[in-house]
Amino acid sequence: TLAERANLAGVRHILLVLSGKGGVGKSTLSTELALALQHAGKRVGILDVDLCGPSIPRMLRVQDSAVHQCDSGWVPVLAGQDKAIALMSIGFLLERPDDAVVWRGPKKNALIKQFVTDVAWGDLDFLIVDTPPGTSDEHISTVEALRPHQLLGAILITTPQ
Amino acid sequence: SSSSGDEALRDKRARILSRGLPKQKPIEGVKQVVVVASGKGGVGKSTTAVNIALALAANDSAKEVGLLDADIYGPSIPKMMNLKGNPELTPKNLMRPLKNYGIACMSMGFLIEETAPVVWRGLMVMSAVEKLLRQVDWGQLDYLVIDMPPGTGDVQLSVSQNIPIAGAVIVSTPQDVALLDAHKGAEMFRKVHVPVLGLVQNMSVFQCPKCKHKTHIFGADGVRDLAKTLGLDILGDVPLHINIRETCDSGQPVVISQPQSDAAKAYLKIAMEILRRLPVPPA
Repeated sequence: TLAERANLAGVRHILLVLSGKGGVGKSTLSTELALALQHAGKRVGILDVDLCGPSIPRMLRVQDSAVHQCDSGWVPVLAGQDKAIALMSIGFLLERPDDAVVWRGPKKNALIKQFVTDVAWGDLDFLIVDTPPGTSDEHISTVEALRPHQLLGAILITTPQ
Repeated sequence: SSSSGDEALRDKRARILSRGLPKQKPIEGVKQVVVVASGKGGVGKSTTAVNIALALAANDSAKEVGLLDADIYGPSIPKMMNLKGNPELTPKNLMRPLKNYGIACMSMGFLIEETAPVVWRGLMVMSAVEKLLRQVDWGQLDYLVIDMPPGTGDVQLSVSQNIPIAGAVIVSTPQDVALLDAHKGAEMFRKVHVPVLGLVQNMSVFQCPKCKHKTHIFGADGVRDLAKTLGLDILGDVPLHINIRETCDSGQPVVISQPQSDAAKAYLKIAMEILRRLPVPPA
């Protein structure tokens, strides 16, 4: 729908970071890649869809930030040294950073859809999507929500083990 | 008084909400269930679960131990226990667990091709977990160790709502982002009323095989601090040692392949600490 397309309309490339296995460095790589792309002069955003273990806010030292609303939806938190990386994570919606998110699939699905359609990303060259381990609800929902935007590419990370 | 009125309202609400939930029923033949969880991926749950199961068996050869791999998406137990193949069906149509090193094992990995991804939504996962719990002929087990997947979602909820759990062991590395997730893991068990036996500090320190210099790759003592914050005990400390990973990758976990090693001794100690904290088993 038009409304669904609007918030991602200004995003040129969407990049998924996947692994299957946990703990191989998805969040670390997503963060470093975002910073490297920003260093190269690109406008970058990170969407953290790891609802159970959101690590990106802490990695960019914005774990205490709050999310605000604007006319087009949620305003992403600006992170990084120059406050130029647009970040959305469930980490910002928790009352305390230690709060556990113990949700079943349908609730996760609903929030991920909102993250995709209701965040005012603005104009970005790259939106990096950090995923949790596994191949489950979060991954299916994210791909389905992003599919209309036809801008998908994915990076797979693993360790040699 | 209004507070007792509030309490009555809360109780009523809880009763109504719980009507749709599955009833907790013990698995036939299984005396006590210990789950190994973390919240964070890649901290060593499967490695720890496998070695704990073997340590429990090594500690008392009269005890029967089972190992359930509840990581539907990334089952590691088959490889670590050197087991392959489709489970047979008993006359009662239950799956027979595959056995190695005296441990009865069941895993999603036995039911699908090694490289086949399981791209399922929560509802199908719930059904798969139910099958792995109840449609298996476990026989008589003193302990069933359950290796959980990372996260705090469907699998964790399904397991804790379906069966009574004697205790949960939370594994973490000392790294901050791992501790954050471990904290959430502990919180999750509190929410579903599963007793947390304690934390295992994994990959605590790396010692160079050449010069013996020690490096705390993932930070030092983070797990001890978290344990203090949560009021939990540390069940044990396992170093980052190439042996542990190599032996698991080759299907010969360190507890049985190198029982005299420091790593094996660390796992044996963790098993003893678990036994000390478990309630007296049912007769």
